[in-house]
Amino acid sequence: MKREILNARRLLCPLPVIRTQDKVKQMQVGDQLEVICTDPGVMQDIPTWCRINGHKVLELLSGDHEYTVVLEVGGG
Amino acid sequence: MLAAKTIQEQGIHVEGINFFTGFCVEGHTHAIREKDKAKPKRNNSLWVAEQLGIKLHIVDVIEEYKNVLLNPKHGYGQHMNPCLDCKIFMVNKARQWIAENGFDFIITGEVIGQRPMSQRKATMPIVSKESGAGDLLLRPLCAKNLPATLPEREGWVDREKLHDITGRSRKPQMAMAKAFGIDDYSQPAGGCCFLTDKNYSAKLVDLWQARNSRDYELDDVMLLKVGRHIRPQAHYKMIIAREEGEGRFLQGYMKEYVSMSSVSHIGPLVLIDGAPSAEDLYLAASITARYGQGRDAEQVEINVAYQDGSERTLHVKPILEQDMPKAWFI
Ligand code: SF4
Repeated sequence: MKREILNARRLLCPLPVIRTQDKVKQMQVGDQLEVICTDPGVMQDIPTWCRINGHKVLELLSGDHEYTVVLEVGGG
Repeated sequence: MLAAKTIQEQGIHVEGINFFTGFCVEGHTHAIREKDKAKPKRNNSLWVAEQLGIKLHIVDVIEEYKNVLLNPKHGYGQHMNPCLDCKIFMVNKARQWIAENGFDFIITGEVIGQRPMSQRKATMPIVSKESGAGDLLLRPLCAKNLPATLPEREGWVDREKLHDITGRSRKPQMAMAKAFGIDDYSQPAGGCCFLTDKNYSAKLVDLWQARNSRDYELDDVMLLKVGRHIRPQAHYKMIIAREEGEGRFLQGYMKEYVSMSSVSHIGPLVLIDGAPSAEDLYLAASITARYGQGRDAEQVEINVAYQDGSERTLHVKPILEQDMPKAWFI
């Protein structure tokens, strides 16, 4: 199991979702990805994207104008 | 959404593709503007895909789209929207995508007569032909008014169960949504692209004129969506945050632009795009002062921050409203 970090700060939706999608394509089932963003829209969009595509959201964290989504790559 | 549902109902596996041109309204402005915080910031395409239970692939076409917007063979719509070329481009991308991903044909939600420029009876075959999709492109909502496509002729889909909607009225779609049990039917179809917006298009044209070049980067496209834009002189323009959320967004650009803000009073963050001279900065500072709480003060202290992090302070009298010609406002 690998864990990677994706910096999607300053990107506005849907770009963080696109970057997440493209990154996940290169990862293996069971790997984890931590996506760090500044657009609060990701708190809705990345979980929706995960549900649609069969990935699992492990954590949703919102800090001082930063939002982090941790997901586990699923089988699709 | 309804086109996809129509095909799904025939037991056919459907997946969605959404192209991100940079001009999509989706999310951005909502995300930036503080006052929109209360509204849900859902991405419409993702939401639709979830309702339909299908996968959605979002494709970044920002770079390739430049050529579509800058050189549309079929021209522009009412504003800077190159709708017909845009559709041809997207269907062409979809054609490549289905070939790479093992899908058999393409569907779109187009309806004859729905859009004055890009969805007329005459434009339907143009999109099919120039995109290279030919008769692999099926429009389930109006298929019965068009010649049968390959999926229909081969019997992959039952033409009888497709539709014959025409015209601008959305009533048939509403009825269909109801029949499918979709109660939150909110397909905007237009109003989802900044290029159809008059003010946005004016800002885009202004940018090209000022730079003497019809080109843009994603950051330009984003900044045109934010703030009040004022051009006091041809060689520079000011982008003034209208509220806190916009100010925070503009802060992210302080390394690329000269910026200004009031020190002595509460006021907005302002970015200066272009090449202002030292003298120009005084005028810009007096405009900055006008948009802060010191607008009626005798003197306002304005901090100027340069891209390299260096700063200077200017003391200015806020400009009077009557001294700001209408033509400055883009
Ligand atoms: S409204 Fe925008 S996205 Fe839609 S077809 Fe026209 S140019 Fe393309």
